[in-house]
Amino acid sequence: MLTKRIIACLDVNAGRVVKGVQFVDIVDAGDPAELALRHADAGADEIVLLDITATHEGRRTLIDTVKRTARQLFVPFTVGGGIRTVDDAAAVFDAGADKVSINSAAIARPELIDEIGSKFGAQAVIVAIDARRAKESANAVDDAEVFVSGGRKPTGRKVLEWAQEAEERGAGEILLTSMDADGTRAGFDCELTALVSKAVQIPVIASGGAGTADHFADVLLQGSADAALAASIFHFGIANVRTLKEEIAKRGVSVRLPC
Amino acid sequence: MIAVIDYKAGNLTSVMKALLAVGAQAEATSDPDLVMKADKLVLPGVGHFSATVFLEEHGLKAAIQDRVQQGIPFLGICVGLQWLFEGSTESPHVSGLGAFSGSCERFTSGMKVPHVGWNSIEISQSRLLQGISSGEFVYYTHSYRAPVVNKTVAITNYGLPFTAVVERDNIMGVQFHPEKSGRTGLRILENFVRL
Repeated sequence: MLTKRIIACLDVNAGRVVKGVQFVDIVDAGDPAELALRHADAGADEIVLLDITATHEGRRTLIDTVKRTARQLFVPFTVGGGIRTVDDAAAVFDAGADKVSINSAAIARPELIDEIGSKFGAQAVIVAIDARRAKESANAVDDAEVFVSGGRKPTGRKVLEWAQEAEERGAGEILLTSMDADGTRAGFDCELTALVSKAVQIPVIASGGAGTADHFADVLLQGSADAALAASIFHFGIANVRTLKEEIAKRGVSVRLPC
Repeated sequence: MIAVIDYKAGNLTSVMKALLAVGAQAEATSDPDLVMKADKLVLPGVGHFSATVFLEEHGLKAAIQDRVQQGIPFLGICVGLQWLFEGSTESPHVSGLGAFSGSCERFTSGMKVPHVGWNSIEISQSRLLQGISSGEFVYYTHSYRAPVVNKTVAITNYGLPFTAVVERDNIMGVQFHPEKSGRTGLRILENFVRL
């Protein structure tokens, strides 16, 4: 039986894993290669590394970090942040990534999805969507809007339509982050996740708001997510991946155990 | 030396890394001469079945055919497994090696496609899977599946059962990605390297 995936995310800045809320109060959380291995050993089904600053000067550092992180890692490894061209993607694949996650650049130029997909295969392209509920709308969830630039810039595009376009263009997965829930540790946006997951045929990874094991179970069951991603709760030992999996297995989520 | 056949479909970094990690001497190549000299062959594959047309166009298919007939161990991964069959509806005009009968087809509707993630395998007798138990998990990412044939030695269920591993003498294929399947995957690659 296909299991639900628990994905550990490393937010990286200048070669170090960091954690901050909306780029404020950034705390050093450790070395990416070391943390990736630790999470994989603890049962993480995948590792995602996001370059949160993605500055031009930082690209070289990122490639080195990806290489170092990939070296001992034998689970799927996704890299995102600042990938704007097929060449950017190629460099990251060469360094050892299995998938790239693209966000703002895909909104700016949706053909990027087709281009990377046709060169490296659909399985190698994750389209990341930062979503905010449309609070002024009567259908706040249906009308949820796509934001870019770390969730600061509205695009005027609806999440649902963009997810469907990404699928049509050949994305292999959607990484859906609720900007409303992100950083709150109050739970994933299950309603929004379910809406998107049922509207596309490709897998949807839920992100934003993880605080407890129950939150994961909720989004993987009621939220129809195929995978759930979290960052900070794993780095600081609030939940070890294995413990988390054992907890959600009790709620009836099928997970890879033993791992 | 293991020749990892590069047919310009996606990246080989992960496969090379995993083979080196289990102590293999491996070289990525598109050169039929190297294929003829190698002790073992690995045909990785991510992406589209049509990419395998490169094998025909560059004399690799003939070289692989020769070597396989001589009995050297061959491992196809993902599209590399699918290529061992007669073909795939993904690209009806491109034929596979035809070492196993039947054609690969897209997953039926009602399931999420691609089939992405960790799924369990049910194993019968297999040399490649020595030390691996039924119920262990491996990582998949694919939209097309190979039929279950009499040389299928492991199946996975996703909607319907499909061939997870096929094996006849030294011709072997795995639909999942052993290079991405943690300890289980590395053990499988190690088994291949030690054949």
